[in-house]
Amino acid sequence: MSNIKYILGLFEDPDDMMHGIDQLQKNNISIYDVFTPMPIHGIEDKLGVKRSRLPIVAFCCGITGTITALSLMYFTMAVDWPMNIGGKPNFALPDFIPITFELTVLFCAFGMVGAFFFKNHFFPGRAPRVMELRASADRFVIAIEANKGFDADKIDSLLKEAGAIEIKHNDRKYVSYE
Amino acid sequence: MASHHESILREPLITGKNITYSRITEEVLMPVENKPNRAWWIGFIVAAAGAGLWLFAVSYTFWYGIGSWGLNKTVGWAWDITGFVWWVGIGHAGTLISAVLLLFRQNWRNSINRSAEAMTIFAVICAATYVVSHMGRPWLAYWPLPLPNQFGSLWVNFNSPLVWDVFAISTYFSVSLVFWYVGLLPDIATIRDRATGLRRKIYSIMSFGWNGSVKTWQRFEIVSLVLAGVSTPLVLSVHTIVSMDFATSVIPGWHTTIFPPYFVAGAIFSGFAMVQTLLLVTRKVLGLENYITMFHIESMNKIIVLTGSIVGVAYLTELFIAWYSGAEYEQYAFLNRVSGPYAWAYWIMMTCNVITPQLFWFKKVRTNIPLSWILSIVVNIGMWFERFVIIVTSLHRDYLPSSWAMFYPTWVDISIFIGSIGVFFTLFLLFIRVLPSVAMAEVRLLVKSSSEQAKKKLMAEGKVKAHEAEYYVESLEKYDSVEQAEYEKI
Repeated sequence: MSNIKYILGLFEDPDDMMHGIDQLQKNNISIYDVFTPMPIHGIEDKLGVKRSRLPIVAFCCGITGTITALSLMYFTMAVDWPMNIGGKPNFALPDFIPITFELTVLFCAFGMVGAFFFKNHFFPGRAPRVMELRASADRFVIAIEANKGFDADKIDSLLKEAGAIEIKHNDRKYVSYE
Repeated sequence: MASHHESILREPLITGKNITYSRITEEVLMPVENKPNRAWWIGFIVAAAGAGLWLFAVSYTFWYGIGSWGLNKTVGWAWDITGFVWWVGIGHAGTLISAVLLLFRQNWRNSINRSAEAMTIFAVICAATYVVSHMGRPWLAYWPLPLPNQFGSLWVNFNSPLVWDVFAISTYFSVSLVFWYVGLLPDIATIRDRATGLRRKIYSIMSFGWNGSVKTWQRFEIVSLVLAGVSTPLVLSVHTIVSMDFATSVIPGWHTTIFPPYFVAGAIFSGFAMVQTLLLVTRKVLGLENYITMFHIESMNKIIVLTGSIVGVAYLTELFIAWYSGAEYEQYAFLNRVSGPYAWAYWIMMTCNVITPQLFWFKKVRTNIPLSWILSIVVNIGMWFERFVIIVTSLHRDYLPSSWAMFYPTWVDISIFIGSIGVFFTLFLLFIRVLPSVAMAEVRLLVKSSSEQAKKKLMAEGKVKAHEAEYYVESLEKYDSVEQAEYEKI
């Protein structure tokens, strides 16, 4: 039994899985992570996952886009090569609003998605670190790390009671590295 | 929570018995994991032939120049801009479904957003090809970009709506692409984890290493929400700016302040019609009747009748304002549209966009699949003529009667237009073969709350008031994927 690294509880029903999390937490068993094929609302609070700060990134990137657009147009139209267009002001702000808006959106979207990929270590070709292959299709998986002095039988029975349809004892962390 | 209860009065978004998470995966991935059937091959060959025609006609244009089109010195803009605006407009529905309906928490978007967004991307690609081909010298396509150039430090004119359009279309395309791809990641991971060998390697690269952990999903959801938030004003701005290409000019018939809202409504109108054209066939061919239900079809038809009516009001307002303005040229431009040599085009537009969509006020028509499909094509024809009428009738009789002319398309014009439809369908058919055409992760969210089986279970358990249950069963009558007989027992 000593070579077990992770215990996985596979659930068919997200509500049973939530129940399983409650049961484990009641018994002070810490959960390594949960892998699901769809977002589960309310799970972050249960597991104490902090609010994402990505919206802040999005806002900062958006503002950067606004400033970039306005300064680019100010520089080109009013400083570097001012042109007399029908005697109208060189820095014709209303005309510059559409591009300012577009660049705000562009910077915001790319900045936020870039930050999302960076924080999750997402990039094309990254080897997927998957602990259970069916977790992306139809299984809701609770993963428990096998620390020192853990009680495998107790965890198994807790998961079973909560409605797990399968329990796996894995001797390696990721199954996707074949 | 996955199992929050939804009012029984709401119509189900997934029908069918024994819908499980694994069955959704199986059914949605059926076309991706198996060899294509004959219907797909026939469609693909026809579409690819169209794409080939497009390639030939565009190459011909590049080789011989814009002179191979039917343009003359009076009508300097015709089918190319018509095609461009038509395609951009079609693209708008995808963003509307994925972004605006997400902000409004309309869960019925979950099963149609993926294919609608794909349609957006392919439609914008078609629009972009028009921009490039009508430049005449496409190797100078970088000129509208604000690059310091070798002619001195002269910059592009940021006061020009054509430059705004470059920014608007490229932002729209790239943000839509990112939004679509981020949404695809969990579904690509599903394919990856089920595949073996080379397929697994390819989908593994495409999945970016998605693993579905709690933190990943949390970030995914917030990214989707913020992208929806910025895409909503973006989609409205894009067609607004497209309309400004015309509205900021001094051509009678173009120089009107109604253009931005009128173009946006028209874009949503034509876009939903194209979604309907594609999905009514897709749901049948791929057997997705349980996910793209009659409720979806009816909802889209309601949007079509709404936006079609807005467009109709805009047409009438234009006519009224032209008369009311007292401006001679403006009045003539509209008189010429209604009764001039292009009156036939004007009345095709009026019939297809304003009159026939009114049939959707009847529930019988809204829930009739063949009729909905035909009407969706009629709308697309009408919207093409709308752009043609706006562009060509305003140009062909300008201020100087001696230069009045007509526009006659050459075979190159026609081939580029038909070819662009071929390009669009080629891309769409390839898409449904290699990527899931329904957002599986999002449809899974509906199983425990909004599915027919969940509601039926509630009824069987007697948790629903009798009169509400009766109302609900009545609302199921229109569904082609529900067996009414089963409800008599309950």
